Amino acid sequence: MATIHVDGKSYEVDGGHNLLQACLSLGLDVPYFCWHPAMGSVGACRQCAVKQYKDEDDTKGALVMSCMAPASDNTRISIEDEEAREFRASVVEWLMINHPHDCPVCEEGGHCHLQDMTVMTAHDRRRYRFNKRTHRNQNLGPFIAHEMNRCITCYRCIRFYNDYAGGTDLGAFGANDNVYFGRYQEGTLESEFSGNLTEVCPTGVFTDQTHSDRYTRKWDLQFAPSICHQCAAGCNISPGERYGQIRRIENRYNGDVNRYFLCDRGRFGYGYVNRDDRPRHPQWRTVAEDSAVALSVDAALDRGSHILREAKRVIGIGSPRASLESNYQLRHLVGAENFSTGIAARELAGLEQMAELSRASGLPTPSLRDVEDHDAVFVLGEDLIQSAARVGLAVRQAVLGRREELAGERGIPEWNAAAIKTLGQDSCHPLYVAYPTQTGLDNIAQPCPALAPQDIARLGFAVAHIIDGAAPAVEGLADPVRDAAQEIAASLLAAKRPLIISGGSLDSADVLAAAGNVARALARRACAGGLMLIRREANSTGLPMLGGQSLEWALDTLSDGQADAVVILENDLYQRLAPSLIDPALARTDAIVVIDHQQTRTMEKAHLLLPAASFAESDGTLVSLEGRAQRFFQVYDPRYIRPDTNIHESWRWLHALGSGMRREEPTDINLDAVIQSLTQRHPQLAGVLDAAENADYRVNGVKLAREPHRYSGRTSMRANLNVNEPRTPQDSDTPFTFSMEGYNGFDRPRKDVAFAWAPGWNSPQAWNKFTDEVGGHLRAGDPGVRLLHPQPGAYDYAANVPAAYAPTDNRWQLLVLPRLFGGEETSSRAAPILERAEPAHIRLSASDAATLGFVDGDPVSVITGDSRLTLPLQIDTRLSAGLVAVPAGELPPSLFGAWCELSRGDAAYANSQPQLDNGGEARP
Amino acid sequence: MSDNAAHIDNLRYRCQLHQSDAERNEETHPLTWRLRDDNTLVALDDYVGKDGYTAVANTLKGMSPADVIAQMKKANVRGRGGAGFSAGVKWGLTLQGDALPRGYIVCNADEMEPGTFKDRLLLEQLPHLLIEGMILAAYANNAKMGYIFLRGEYREAARAITIALGEAREAGWLGDNIAGSGFDFDVVLHTGAGRYICGEETALINSLEGQRANPRAKPPFPGQSGAWGKPTVVNNVETLCNVPAVMRHGAEWYQSLSGGLSDDGGTKLYGVSGRVNRPGLWELPIGTSGTELLDRAGGIRDGRALKTWLPGGGSTGFLLPEHLKLALDFDTIGKQGSRLGTGLLAVVTDEQSVVSLVRNLEMFFARESCGWCTPCRDGLPWTVKLLQALERGEGRQSDIAMLGKLAGDLGPGKTFCAHAPGAAMPLESALRYFRSEFEQGVSQSSRHAAAEPLPAGGA
Repeated sequence: MATIHVDGKSYEVDGGHNLLQACLSLGLDVPYFCWHPAMGSVGACRQCAVKQYKDEDDTKGALVMSCMAPASDNTRISIEDEEAREFRASVVEWLMINHPHDCPVCEEGGHCHLQDMTVMTAHDRRRYRFNKRTHRNQNLGPFIAHEMNRCITCYRCIRFYNDYAGGTDLGAFGANDNVYFGRYQEGTLESEFSGNLTEVCPTGVFTDQTHSDRYTRKWDLQFAPSICHQCAAGCNISPGERYGQIRRIENRYNGDVNRYFLCDRGRFGYGYVNRDDRPRHPQWRTVAEDSAVALSVDAALDRGSHILREAKRVIGIGSPRASLESNYQLRHLVGAENFSTGIAARELAGLEQMAELSRASGLPTPSLRDVEDHDAVFVLGEDLIQSAARVGLAVRQAVLGRREELAGERGIPEWNAAAIKTLGQDSCHPLYVAYPTQTGLDNIAQPCPALAPQDIARLGFAVAHIIDGAAPAVEGLADPVRDAAQEIAASLLAAKRPLIISGGSLDSADVLAAAGNVARALARRACAGGLMLIRREANSTGLPMLGGQSLEWALDTLSDGQADAVVILENDLYQRLAPSLIDPALARTDAIVVIDHQQTRTMEKAHLLLPAASFAESDGTLVSLEGRAQRFFQVYDPRYIRPDTNIHESWRWLHALGSGMRREEPTDINLDAVIQSLTQRHPQLAGVLDAAENADYRVNGVKLAREPHRYSGRTSMRANLNVNEPRTPQDSDTPFTFSMEGYNGFDRPRKDVAFAWAPGWNSPQAWNKFTDEVGGHLRAGDPGVRLLHPQPGAYDYAANVPAAYAPTDNRWQLLVLPRLFGGEETSSRAAPILERAEPAHIRLSASDAATLGFVDGDPVSVITGDSRLTLPLQIDTRLSAGLVAVPAGELPPSLFGAWCELSRGDAAYANSQPQLDNGGEARP
Repeated sequence: MSDNAAHIDNLRYRCQLHQSDAERNEETHPLTWRLRDDNTLVALDDYVGKDGYTAVANTLKGMSPADVIAQMKKANVRGRGGAGFSAGVKWGLTLQGDALPRGYIVCNADEMEPGTFKDRLLLEQLPHLLIEGMILAAYANNAKMGYIFLRGEYREAARAITIALGEAREAGWLGDNIAGSGFDFDVVLHTGAGRYICGEETALINSLEGQRANPRAKPPFPGQSGAWGKPTVVNNVETLCNVPAVMRHGAEWYQSLSGGLSDDGGTKLYGVSGRVNRPGLWELPIGTSGTELLDRAGGIRDGRALKTWLPGGGSTGFLLPEHLKLALDFDTIGKQGSRLGTGLLAVVTDEQSVVSLVRNLEMFFARESCGWCTPCRDGLPWTVKLLQALERGEGRQSDIAMLGKLAGDLGPGKTFCAHAPGAAMPLESALRYFRSEFEQGVSQSSRHAAAEPLPAGGA
């Protein structure tokens, strides 16, 4: 700690901060542009100038840039000093020289940091009377719109894009007042984190293209605190709605999880919520061949209750993309003995194995933020950028942490970003990624051989054995693998905080067991390390904690005639298993009830379809891969703009179905009651209760507002339906109102913040007002509650070391590898994600391709059992011979590891591959 | 060389010093005494014949690196690139130690200061002196490698340096175990792509590394974390060329070179450009007056009168004729609100418009801004446009006040590096001394170019 004196008042601050950080953390407003809490200081914009005095007797002082001056003990500064104020006003005046007067038509307007800073510095008269410099813009792809004339040359974009996120295709070109930030030529931005440019850019140079297609000012959007459903990382998001559509996703600060950044799948993959083809009414068909008939809610519940009541036995199939509450209600409806998680058996076993390792490996699971504080990372079988991109970004920061360590040794402060980069050059903490092919982190990783899943497991077992001789040894290791194991073990042992990452991407119990052994070996050597295990879907971690059988069990039960009815919750079974397993089971089932928010292949088999609310229209709880239970809140009431819509939360449908089945008087239920019941019956999930405030929570006696207080047009937004404005929807489930009425300030700490706003701070930089210190934690504590805790104990090593991978003649082992864009079910229904997705290929090693006489681009068919997939070939120089890789989304992941045949495909067949149509998503 | 080629070679323009062999000697002209009267390259044999590399041979054998630094500190060789910072002190602040990697000696040969052409002479005709100085600097700073960052347009210098580096390497003055001392060091020539800002030492390092030529924040200084994060010393050509003589003759001798003229020691390559009868270069004791220099340059041409002068490049402040009598050294000129800079005078005569001259300078500085910090990037172009308006007679009264404000806002401590303060200095001094000329730009009717020739009022 240090004491600094600001305008005559003394404050206690963190002496490791710079003065700007310190002042902002104290709540003092100092304008700035180039500084960013996650990226440190570079001193470029000169906006944060303050007057610094040498000592008490110094009355003259000198201007310093507060971002480049340490907050050391006894520092005396003045923010209010006249010269400092004038200079800051000059800086904004210079920045505005070339900035267009296009705020009324600029999409940044209303959440623009430049607007905020211009107001803060009181610049309101233009004295520059000459021409402005202009630029041409580039088409940067489906995510990001580009308007270079607005640029104030703060360099934040390239510092984030290149230095922080490892991108290579965005740069600064030119010099003097003609610096251009763009690509060397037009084209889609390659980084998986490009969306953060929209928040990193202090003005409207990089804006959200998907938002642009249906634009609404920030103050006219309705928000709720939400959790990204597009992978298991559990990033906190703030979706904005207008007219019954999600218009954009913004980052929501959680100091333990995503902090300032999201991946592009999470930010731009929301389009499925807005699709026109979403089911909005209950539907009935007597036999599967019939066309569906729309039903009223009451009729649907009557039918549903009836068919379930009549059934001998009802199976419930849950879903890892649905909330704990919805899964719980289903389990409650059908009974624990009839509940399936809806997850394929091997994946479910993997999830249970991961849950066990999280408890019993001896190493704790770090939070996403804590990942950045590790100094050696060993990844077994995950391409993090594809399977959990935000985790990959955190690992990158861990690896780059070596530079800060070196800088610390030379007395260079942590915030001096450019100096750290200069001194550190390409120094990195060691990262090893064992994967069958190249990964998104290879450019900062130490060399590691590309291996088949079995060999990745063997490498892991070998590493564990080197770390602790008590761990089982691996016989007959190939030389390169043995050398890699030696190097990896030495690096992990040399580290203060080694981190082991593995997960379900390779669907391999052996790989997980090997990762567990490495963790245990480190734990036995008393290493303060961590173990992070990547799950695939938003609630893949939470659902197994509820318990349930595999999807195959459910289908077998139905096929065997042991049950004659099924309720399928938010789950497209065809995404998980081959049709040959699903079709016979469903064909034998007399009553199929499907509850979902998307048109799926499974839905086509439903007798009764109940339209579910997506994450944007419902509340619930997800458990992220770190075991953190996090609540997401309904953003908007779909019935307000479309009164005829009959979309409801799945848990509400299931509650009503249950009441009907039991012939009880239909009653409504609210979220708190569901959670109460859930936590009572599942004590292991008791933390869910505390994951967020309940519906009774009030600040100053009022609920929390979903809408900014400047929200406009409410009285007329339904005028096409009725000139009378209805009462705003009442929310019995949460402490939020569907209104601008309610509390939305920053001075009363609270965890669940719908949108960040503070007086004078309209941009995402307003988060600084909600944190205990800039870049720290929310003042009320970061949202979410940890459910998975390591349990101390003496744990045995897994002993079953697999045999080395041996290629087989004329048969190839199939790898279905995760991919960020196009590899996840719901986001793949968003048009921008489809546009961004790389064309799918079948990948083979060069030697196999040569043997088969295939060249790049040839249509190749992969044949497994009754499924056949034809795609163009891409020769993969890293892949081992005998393996064939297909991207997720093309084949169900349950086919992972299957032995398949390859043949030259029919070119016409390859071209006629069914493509999801974009038309469903309402876009202009 | 064929006769024809030799003939063409004779026609080549060569830098020249306006001091003949007879005037120059080792005791008084440590930088230039070895130059040939025919202004051609001093080859290795010639150089060695005139005691070349003896400083290296003796120093590497007889002195410790710490001794070399101590002697440089004592001699107080002030940075000849214009900043005037003691080279010895800079070396003393450069990190060395067993735990540290060996760093670099970088010669700043990116001579691009407007009106400056002194390093070019040494680079083209006496590259071995520079190499010798770099070896000594490397020895003192435990540097592993040297870089000569050369202005890209200096093609002839590049040729001379390349020849000299080959000769020195061949003769064992570069490479492993130099002169049997066990010290190894080599030098690489890097030709710049042509940005003025590369003369700023940290921008130079960034450029050398292949980055954008943006300056770096200090601290850390290059001596702590320079090129590729290693301890790095950046010195000007003339500074490094002073080192061998300091090592050969000692600090006292060096100090005494300036006699009573200045507190600073040594000689200085002075020059004069502009409308004088005999523009050129002279090696003179530091502290020589402007009057003497102007005399040596043959006075103002065509009977015109001197209006004002810049003491050492475009980034120094204007001085008046009455300041000519002052000693041209760092402190004396600094006290007048200007800077000695490179010590190459640019004279301005009474027929020249100060507004146009400043506009021309500011255009250069605006163009050469790297674009990193706001005042420089956006303030300088505004300055240019205001000056252009005044030049066209379209100025407003408030423009002069705005120029004054800009000159202040671009000053030291407010910008990221010294580029904008350098640009502000001639502007600020021009406004101070020649305000009436600026006011004439206002008095003209607006929207039309002035009917009169460009305003050229008296001082």
